[in-house]
Amino acid sequence: MKSYLRYSIPLVIFAVIAGFLYKGLGMNPREIPSPLIGKSIPTFSLPSVEQAETTITEKDLLGNVYLLNVWATWCASCRAEHETLVQLSRSGKIDIVGLNWKDERDKAEVWLRQLGNPYTVNIFDKKGRTAIDLGVYGAPETFLVDSQGIIHYKHAGPVTMELINETIMPIVEQLKSKG
Amino acid sequence: MRKLFFVLSLLFLFQSATAATLAEYSFQDPQQSEDFRDIIEEMRCLVCQNESLAGSNAELAVDLRNEIYDMMKAGQGKDQIIDFMVARYGDFVLYSPPVKPSTYPLWFGPVLFFVIGAVVLLSILRKKNRSREAELSAEEQQRLDNILKQSTDSRNADQ
Repeated sequence: MKSYLRYSIPLVIFAVIAGFLYKGLGMNPREIPSPLIGKSIPTFSLPSVEQAETTITEKDLLGNVYLLNVWATWCASCRAEHETLVQLSRSGKIDIVGLNWKDERDKAEVWLRQLGNPYTVNIFDKKGRTAIDLGVYGAPETFLVDSQGIIHYKHAGPVTMELINETIMPIVEQLKSKG
Repeated sequence: MRKLFFVLSLLFLFQSATAATLAEYSFQDPQQSEDFRDIIEEMRCLVCQNESLAGSNAELAVDLRNEIYDMMKAGQGKDQIIDFMVARYGDFVLYSPPVKPSTYPLWFGPVLFFVIGAVVLLSILRKKNRSREAELSAEEQQRLDNILKQSTDSRNADQ
């Protein structure tokens, strides 16, 4: 009995290591926890995609729970998620604010005309400086921001209806019920 | 031999390529220039995660290098710049993670495993030693001594 136990030790160690590795296989290395969760969105002062003369600041966005979606016309996954964003905005469940990242204004306008415009406001971050403040490392990225401008959730990669319904909307409900 | 030379020359080619991308960042103070190199070597490029900011040509890496360069030019120190980056991108941006409770397993795990290994090894060795001593009874020891004596005797006789 004792030797039986002793010989099973390597097996147990193997199983533990295999377990960790198997878990690691299923994890997404692009999903980096954001240190900005629980913090305010950074201050900025940028034009909108549609109008070069207007200035939008973070204060203009206060008073409403919204999704901040970082997108660009050069980003293939943004095209993939765009339909979902259009559907979401039509449903009226939540406002979507766009942050157009390191893009060309005319390309962005053509994109919105052709694919539909889900954004209530579209911020034009040509230099990508505000994106750096947001810790953006690849489009698309989506932040959930409350009415006080606090970030509650971040998703890197295209959003899906499943993600919206199962992860984002429950947090939105919570935020709205809190006032 | 020729192949080796080819590979080596390729290596040097890439060496000069990275140097070229960093040539645009010049500082008057050599200490600052060294700090700048240190910082971008220690930071991970978040787009291509196994490259440092110094080695990556991803657009974001270029932007971040420029940002760090501007900060240094504005007189900000190394610690301030590291804080700036960690506040935005998290500890992940650092190649060497800071020592804090959530990284204790990472930092001290190997030492722990080493100690466990050493204890196991020592206990096995000790057990082996003990059992070997116990193996020879007085009678067996007598026999062994006889055999040894015989063999030395015969060797002496040969000479």
